[in-house]
Amino acid sequence: MFDTSISVNDLLFLAQGAWITILVTAISVFLGTLLGIFFGVLRYQVGPWWAAPITFVLDIFRSIPLLIQLVLVNAFVGIVLRLQISGFTVACGVLTFYTAAYCAEIVRGGIEAVPATTRRAARSLGLNWFQDMRYIVAPLATRVALPSWIGLALGVMKDSALVYVVQVTELLKSTQILITRLQEPLLLLTIGGLFYFVISFPIARLGGYLEKRWSND
Amino acid sequence: MFSYTFQWNQALARLPQMLEGALVTMQVAIMSMVLGILIAIILTGFRLSGNKFLNAVAVTWIEIARNTPALFQIYMAHFGVASFGIHFSPFMSLLIGITFNNAGYLSENFRGALKAIPETQTRSARSLGMPPIMAFRTVVLPQMLRISFLPMTNQMVWAVLMTSLGVTVSMNADLYGVTQDLNALTFRTFELFAIAGVIFYIIVKVINLGARLIAARLFRY
Repeated sequence: MFDTSISVNDLLFLAQGAWITILVTAISVFLGTLLGIFFGVLRYQVGPWWAAPITFVLDIFRSIPLLIQLVLVNAFVGIVLRLQISGFTVACGVLTFYTAAYCAEIVRGGIEAVPATTRRAARSLGLNWFQDMRYIVAPLATRVALPSWIGLALGVMKDSALVYVVQVTELLKSTQILITRLQEPLLLLTIGGLFYFVISFPIARLGGYLEKRWSND
Repeated sequence: MFSYTFQWNQALARLPQMLEGALVTMQVAIMSMVLGILIAIILTGFRLSGNKFLNAVAVTWIEIARNTPALFQIYMAHFGVASFGIHFSPFMSLLIGITFNNAGYLSENFRGALKAIPETQTRSARSLGMPPIMAFRTVVLPQMLRISFLPMTNQMVWAVLMTSLGVTVSMNADLYGVTQDLNALTFRTFELFAIAGVIFYIIVKVINLGARLIAARLFRY
């Protein structure tokens, strides 16, 4: 049961998949967070009526399965627009908006957690809107939002396993390819799963720790 | 505007088949949710029991469910356990994978909810002569389920979205699977998946609306 035909090359192949997973996650979480902050602040600033269209569009990303989002965008870009865009770009694009949709919600929650009196005090001290946002709201809102944001980033990493559908060979897909060849599903899946676990578990713990520490004062 | 002509009629003609798929999707989601809640309650009980072994089982389950992709969990249920000679049908694998995931997340939600219930209630129940399990079942559990109602709704939405992963274990009866098969027949990829997306969107909105109605009744006090 314990002898295996996995070679060093196979492990390198898996490592390559893991690298793609990390790359896709890093790009989409970075861009998605920037977009999410933009949308979150915008939604908070313009009031519920004007924000309705943004809310509606972002809500779509949270209400239909990621697989369908990927297939749809891929089909739209490839079949309808006839553009030559790599699956990697499509994957990053979709995941960016997916992240932004959740991040906007987190940002809004963070901003709303800053007491109105604190902000009014800042404004009456002569700070303009931007300074108020930069020096008063941002630090306070970050404390509230960071634990959820960590959860979101880890969620995106796990969901990035679905980008195989636009021909991106990330970790789980490379595991799947090796399973087809070596016929050792249990061992290979354990290796693949372990990789996600090793990254996700410590960061999730850190998020839990920050949440506990920052909520008490 | 586009060199591509949309052919919605062809795709719309398949709507009845897709709606049947949507029923299967709902079926899987609801079953996984019911089983998930039951298992999550048991896992929460394990964590409260003070027994080291039971606690370890619960913690392992929860951490694996929360820290690996749902797709991985479904793969494990289908290809992984096949190494032990256990072969599940695609439907079962999907159900097991999502249930595993649901149970892990829900149990963590329940743990958070338990923190909001004062310890004194359990102690009062015990001093009234209730055995530990009865105290948990009649005093703590109803409050716990009520507090974690909204997280449960979110998990239900997740369960519906997760059913789309069944296609990776060749499940072809659910909404995504049906759409995939129709796509192989007609090559109307964009139209078919757009319709599937709309159906998913409607299902999710209906769940959210229903949850809001139930919540209004549940939280009147």
